[in-house]
Amino acid sequence: MTSVLELRQVSKTYRDGADEVHALREVDLSVEAGKMVAVMGPSGSGKSTLLTIAGALETPTAGEVSVAGLAFAGMSREDRSRLRRRAIGYVFQDFNLLPGLTAAENVALPLELDGRSRRKAGAAALDALRQLDLGDRADRFPDQLSGGERQRVAIARAVVGDRRLLLADEPTGALDSTNGEAVMRLLLDSCRRGLAAMVVTHDAQLASWADRVVFIRDGRIVDGTAARPGPDSLLTEQPAR
Amino acid sequence: MSIRHALLALLSEGPKYGLQLREEFEARTGEVWPLNVGQVYQTLQRLERDGLVESDDDAEPGPQKGFRITTTGAGELTGWLHTPPDLASPPRDELVIKILVAVHLPDVDVHDVVQTHRRYVVELMQQWTRLKEEAGNDLALTLAVDAELFRLDSVVRWLDTADGRLKRAALAPPPSSPATPQIRRRSGVRR
Repeated sequence: MTSVLELRQVSKTYRDGADEVHALREVDLSVEAGKMVAVMGPSGSGKSTLLTIAGALETPTAGEVSVAGLAFAGMSREDRSRLRRRAIGYVFQDFNLLPGLTAAENVALPLELDGRSRRKAGAAALDALRQLDLGDRADRFPDQLSGGERQRVAIARAVVGDRRLLLADEPTGALDSTNGEAVMRLLLDSCRRGLAAMVVTHDAQLASWADRVVFIRDGRIVDGTAARPGPDSLLTEQPAR
Repeated sequence: MSIRHALLALLSEGPKYGLQLREEFEARTGEVWPLNVGQVYQTLQRLERDGLVESDDDAEPGPQKGFRITTTGAGELTGWLHTPPDLASPPRDELVIKILVAVHLPDVDVHDVVQTHRRYVVELMQQWTRLKEEAGNDLALTLAVDAELFRLDSVVRWLDTADGRLKRAALAPPPSSPATPQIRRRSGVRR
């Protein structure tokens, strides 16, 4: 299967005065098209750094990163920005919607920034919103939407166009469990339509939606679950209580 | 899971046959708790003996024998629904015991032990979540799976907390001043 995201021996070191802080150490990770990988770890374990490096928002100190077969190393700043806009979608805990734009305008913005006409970008945005059952909310501003609706708009913005990779940082952190589950179902649906997704979280219920869970501690990937097993064994092995 | 009270709840909707009770029990619990016919009839006999249900006197024992709830049975059901289960005493949890033992063993990395259990529980949660994904509009199954996921989630949270606490304790060992034996006994923690 084709890997959309590839990280090879990725390390990230920060300087803190005279000290060196190793945020990531020799991380190898790949995410295939159609699959969701969850990265689980406590605060300060390096999971958010991993996400920002995978999304070309930060550069690693060592190692190689590629998205959709394109290596970040040696890429010009403009090419990297273009790759970020076209191939990578981001979903954050606090939604990051622009308050002065409607839902449709928020979703259309990355396409317009990438040079699409306002009309074409608007049509694609409306289509993305309809896929997430938000067609009737297209003209609302973020403060006129519920928390769950705002996050669905953020997902529409992350998947609109020809995105290949979806990166999510605690995407259900600001939502109750019912809305959080709805968001995870939508992210998984996007994967099933061909996107690769990486979700970083400390929440096991959220991580359990992923096809594979990797555990990060002190900047290293220390463990991972096997490929997502089917539920049949649960039904046949449960004893009567 | 109290089969006894679950059967009373089903009979509070109206008279039913034994086989029907088994099928409805499984459907209402999302088929997560399979029940054999022997358990159903044994429980119904005990309920009848205790005066909580009545049966058709002249019918032969078997799938076509009908049962109905008595007034005493209805009172028992209402009382059970409103009585919280005993959550006050901590259960003797095997996982907790393993971590407490691992803390004191010189050649064992307790964080590795924690991670082994964390991975196992998360894998189980992935299976339950997959089941929920496939449950569609089956409300009983979804509720039963939610209950299991929240239970397993609390195990992972405890493992995460233990991991962090042990790491901090290793960096700055606290002065040894164990709580009084009385407090330890009350909390269920043993040395």
